[in-house]
Amino acid sequence: MSKANNNIRPGRLGPAEIEKNFSDLHPPLSRSEALIEADRCYFCYDAPCTTACPTGIDIPGFIQKIRSDNLRGSARTILQENIMGGMCARVCPTEILCEEACVRNTHEDKPVEIGLLQRYATDPVFSDNTQLFSRAASTGKKVAVIGGGPAGLSCAHRLAVLGHDVVVYNRDDKLGGLNEYGIAAYKTVDNFAQREVDYILSIGGIEVRTGVSLGSEFSLQELRDEYDAVFIGLGLAAVNELGLDNEDLEGVESAIDYIRDLRQSDDLGELPVGSRVVVIGGGMTAIDIAVQSKRLGAEQVTIAYRRGAGQMGASEFEQKLAQTSGVAIRHWVVPKSIAETDDGLQIELQGSQLGDDGRLQTTGESTTLLADVIFKAIGQKMGGHDLDGIEMERGRIVVDENRATSLEGVWAGGDCGVDGEDLTVSAVQDGKVAAIAIDRSLRNG
Amino acid sequence: MADLNSEFLGVTSPNPFWLASAPPTDKAYNVNRAFEAGWGGVVWKTLGEDPPIVNVNGPRYSALHSNERRVIGFNNIELITDRPLKTNLDEIRQIKRDWPDRAVVASVMLPMNEESWSKYIPIIEDTGADAFELNFGCPHGMSERGMGAAVGQVPEYVQMATEWAKKAATIPVIVKLTPNVTNIVLTAKAAQDGGADAVSLINTINSIMRVDYDTLTMFPTTDGMGTHGGYCGEAVKPIALNMVAEIARNAETARLPISGIGGITDWRDAVDFLALGASNVQVCTAAMVYGFKIIDDLTDGLSNFLDDKGMASVSELVRKATPSVTDWQYLNLNHVSKAVIDQDLCIKCGRCHVVCEDTSHQAITNTVNGERRFEVIDDECVGCNLCVSVCPVDSCITMQPMTEGIDARTGKPITNEVANWTTHPNNPMRKS
Ligand SMILES: Cc1cc2nc3c(=O)[nH]c(=O)nc-3n(C[C@H](O)[C@H](O)[C@H](O)COP(=O)(O)OP(=O)(O)OC[C@H]3O[C@@H](n4cnc5c(N)ncnc54)[C@H](O)[C@@H]3O)c2cc1C
Ligand SMILES: Cc1cc2nc3c(=O)[nH]c(=O)nc-3n(C[C@H](O)[C@H](O)[C@H](O)COP(=O)(O)O)c2cc1C
Ligand code: SF4
Ligand code: SF4
Ligand code: SF4
Repeated sequence: MSKANNNIRPGRLGPAEIEKNFSDLHPPLSRSEALIEADRCYFCYDAPCTTACPTGIDIPGFIQKIRSDNLRGSARTILQENIMGGMCARVCPTEILCEEACVRNTHEDKPVEIGLLQRYATDPVFSDNTQLFSRAASTGKKVAVIGGGPAGLSCAHRLAVLGHDVVVYNRDDKLGGLNEYGIAAYKTVDNFAQREVDYILSIGGIEVRTGVSLGSEFSLQELRDEYDAVFIGLGLAAVNELGLDNEDLEGVESAIDYIRDLRQSDDLGELPVGSRVVVIGGGMTAIDIAVQSKRLGAEQVTIAYRRGAGQMGASEFEQKLAQTSGVAIRHWVVPKSIAETDDGLQIELQGSQLGDDGRLQTTGESTTLLADVIFKAIGQKMGGHDLDGIEMERGRIVVDENRATSLEGVWAGGDCGVDGEDLTVSAVQDGKVAAIAIDRSLRNG
Repeated sequence: MADLNSEFLGVTSPNPFWLASAPPTDKAYNVNRAFEAGWGGVVWKTLGEDPPIVNVNGPRYSALHSNERRVIGFNNIELITDRPLKTNLDEIRQIKRDWPDRAVVASVMLPMNEESWSKYIPIIEDTGADAFELNFGCPHGMSERGMGAAVGQVPEYVQMATEWAKKAATIPVIVKLTPNVTNIVLTAKAAQDGGADAVSLINTINSIMRVDYDTLTMFPTTDGMGTHGGYCGEAVKPIALNMVAEIARNAETARLPISGIGGITDWRDAVDFLALGASNVQVCTAAMVYGFKIIDDLTDGLSNFLDDKGMASVSELVRKATPSVTDWQYLNLNHVSKAVIDQDLCIKCGRCHVVCEDTSHQAITNTVNGERRFEVIDDECVGCNLCVSVCPVDSCITMQPMTEGIDARTGKPITNEVANWTTHPNNPMRKS
C-alpha cells in the first residue's frame, strides 16, 4: 500500500527557469569563434584525435575545410564516416575520446574544441537539408534492420548509399532510439534527434515500420527467410533491478522510463518532480536523471554509487556537470533496503570498499536517506528476445570484427552487441561496419 | 638604459621610429596625435602640385587576413595628398614650430621637368621641414601619369629628378625607392649619382588582393572595376630586408645611408632593418592597423634589446648583420647541420614527419618500437630546416651544427676546412 506523497509535484519552477535550465548545454560557435578555434588545429599527421574517434572521422581534414569556408565539404568529411556526426557533436563525451587525444593537451592543456567545430560544420546541413550523398545503382537486395536507433539507422543509411533497399523495424513510434528517448534534453535541443532522422531517411531506399516489436509482430526467423540479410540494433530494452524488497513501492522508479517521459514531454513544467531525489548508479544515466531532476526543481539530489569517482561510468566532465548543477555524489555506498515512512521513502545505504581479492564488500557501516523519489539507474540489459539461438555472452550478442553474429546472414551492433561501449558514436560505427560487411557479402554471395 | 636618440643626415629625433609618408601623416591632426604618442618623426604625406589629385570614393584598402583576422598584408590604391598644397605647407610649418625636437620630412612628387622642382622645392623647404623625401615609388595611379614608380623604375630618371631636387634644396634629400624593379642596387646607385643624401625603402609592391567569390571580379572594386594597388604590411618585410641588405653590402652603394621601411610591426622588425643596413626606420601599415600606440613597444622593446646586448645606442646595432649576408656561391659547403628533436617538448603532432616524408628527405620517423614517436634519421637528414619551420612548438626542433665525426648521410668526415661553390669540383666555372 502506498501513500500519496505531496512532495512529488509538477511546476516546481516557472517556465522561464525551465527554459534556461534546458537550453543548449554547449551553445553553438559563431563563425568568428569557429574560425579562431579551427586555427588552433595543427593539422596533425595520422592525427591522434582521428584514431581516438570510434568512427574515425578525419578531424584535421574537416577542420581545415572550416578554415577555408568549405563548410559543405567539411560536413561531408564528417558525415561520410559518421552519419550521426550532428548528434555525436552534441553528445559524445569528447573529453574521453577525440579531445582527450588532441596534441594541444600536451602543448597547452587545452584541446581543440572538436565537438563544437563538428557541430558548426554540420548544423547547416540539417537546417538547409543539404543532401550530401547519393545512392549507388540498385543491387536488388533487401536488408531488414531491427531497431531504428543509432546503430540501426547508421547501418540502414550506409546500405542505402551502397544501393540496397532497407526496411527498418522499430518498436518505438519515433526513430532515433535513445537519441530521441534517452539522451539528456539539454544536449539535444530543438528536436534535433528527429531532424537528424529525417535527414538520414532523405537518402531514399529506407522503408520504416514503427510500432512493431521483435517477438510480438515478427520473429527473427521470418526476417531471415524474407530478406537477404538482417541487422540487429535493438539496444537494451530492459533495466537492471536492485534486487531489493519493496522495489515496487510508489516512488521507486526506473530512471530510463522517467527520462523517456521527460524527452517526450511538451511541457517540462508538468512533470512530477520530487523534493528529495536519490539516484542509484554511477553511469551516464545516473548523472542525467540527477541533473535533470535538479534542473526541474528538485531540492536535494543525491547520487549513491557503490564505487569511487574513478570507476564511475560517467566521465569526469559529466561528474563535474552534476556537481556544478548542485547534485551531491556519495561514493562507496550500496543500497541495502528501502522502506516507506511517514516522511516518504527511506533508503538504507551500506558502506562499501574493495576487498583484498579486488571484489566489492560492505564495511558494516550504514546510513539512511529520506527520499520522495528513488531512481534506479544501474544499467540496462537486453529484453528476453527469441533470437533463433544466436550466440550470446554476458546477456549480449556475440559479434566478430565485422559485426557478424553466429547466425548466417545476421549482423548486430550497438548497445546489444557484446562489445558495445554504450555510446552513440560506437553504435554508429557498429552499424557502418556491419553495412560494409553486409554489402561485401551480398555482392560476393 | 640605451640611448634611442637618433640622427639621420643630421636630422635628430628622440627615437629612430618615423611614420612613413601615408595616411598616418596626412595632416596636422594625425601628426599631433602621433607625436603625443611618442613617434620620433614623420614623413609628411606626399605633396604634389596644385590642383590636388582626387581619390576614389570607394574602398582604397584591402587586407590579407589570418583566420583570426590578423592583418598580414595590406593593399592600397590611395594616391598622394588630395589637399591643396598651401594647406599642407601651413600645417607643416605649424607642426615643426610646435614639435621642434621631432623630425618632420616633406615627401614630394613632381612631374619630370626641372621647372616644377625649382619652383616647388624652395616653397616647401620654407616651412622649416628638416629634409625632403622624393617619392619615386607610388606604384598605382601616379605612375600612370609619369610620376612615382614610373620614375623610380628607370635609373636615369631617378638620377635626373634627384639632381633637380638637390639643385633646389639646401636641406638633405632622401630618395624613396620602389621595390617594383629587378635590381634595387641600380636605382639606389642612380639616386646616389644624382646626389641623394640617403635612400629610403621600400615603397609598396604591385598587388591584387584577391577575387570576389560571389561576383568573380577582382576584389575590391570601385563600381565593378578594380586596379592593382600597392602591397605592404608584415608580409613584405622579407622583401624589403633583402633590398636593404643588397644596397648595404654592395660596394658601390655601401656608404649610402638607408631609412628602412616595409612591414615593421614590432621592435624585432626594427632590429632586422637596423642590423641589416638601415640607420632608422619608418612605419605605415602597423600604425594603420593598430593605431599610434604601438610606438610604446617599438621604443621600449628596442631599448631593452639594446640593453641586453650591452649596446649604448642604436648606432651600435646598425649594420651589425650586414657582413653576414653574402652570395650563395660563398656559402661553406663543408658545413653540416642536422635537425634534432627535443623529445620532452615534442607534442607528437607529426607535422615534421609528414612534410619531410612528402616534400623533403624522408628523414623523420613516425613510429619507433611500435610507439608514435618522431626522431630524425641522421642518415637521411640534409639539414634543410623544413621541419624546424613547421613544428608548432617553439624550439622543439633545432638545427645543430656538426663539429666532429662523420656525416651519416654522406659518410664524409666533418672538417673545419671551408670550401664553397667557387672551388667545388662540380662547378664547371670553378676558380682552381
Ligand atoms: C539516459 C542515457 C543517456 C545517454 N547519454 C549518452 C550521451 O550523452 N552520449 C553518448 O554517446 N551516449 C549516451 N547514451 C548511450 C547511447 O544513447 C546508446 O549507446 C545508443 O543510443 C545505442 O544505440 P542503439 O542503436 O544500439 O540502441 P538504442 O538507441 O537503444 O536504439 C534501439 C532501437 O531499437 C528499437 N527496439 C527496441 N526493442 C525492439 C524490438 N523488440 N523490436 C523492434 N525494435 C526494438 C527501439 O525502438 C530503438 O529505436 C545514453 C544512454 C542513456 C540510456
Ligand atoms: C594607404 C597608403 C598610402 C600610402 N601613401 C604613400 C604616399 O603618399 N607616399 C609615399 O611615399 N608612400 C606611401 N605609402 C607607402 C608607405 O609609406 C610605405 O612605404 C609602405 O606602406 C611600406 O611600409 P609598411 O609596410 O610599414 O606599410 C602609402 C602606403 C599606404 C598603405
Ligand atoms: S589532435 Fe588536435 S591539433 Fe591535432 S589534428 Fe586533432 S584536433 Fe587538430
Ligand atoms: S632538416 Fe630537412 S631533411 Fe632534416 S629532418 Fe628536417 S625536414 Fe627532414
Ligand atoms: S612537428 Fe614538432 S611537435 Fe610535432 S611531432 Fe614533430 S617535433 Fe614533435
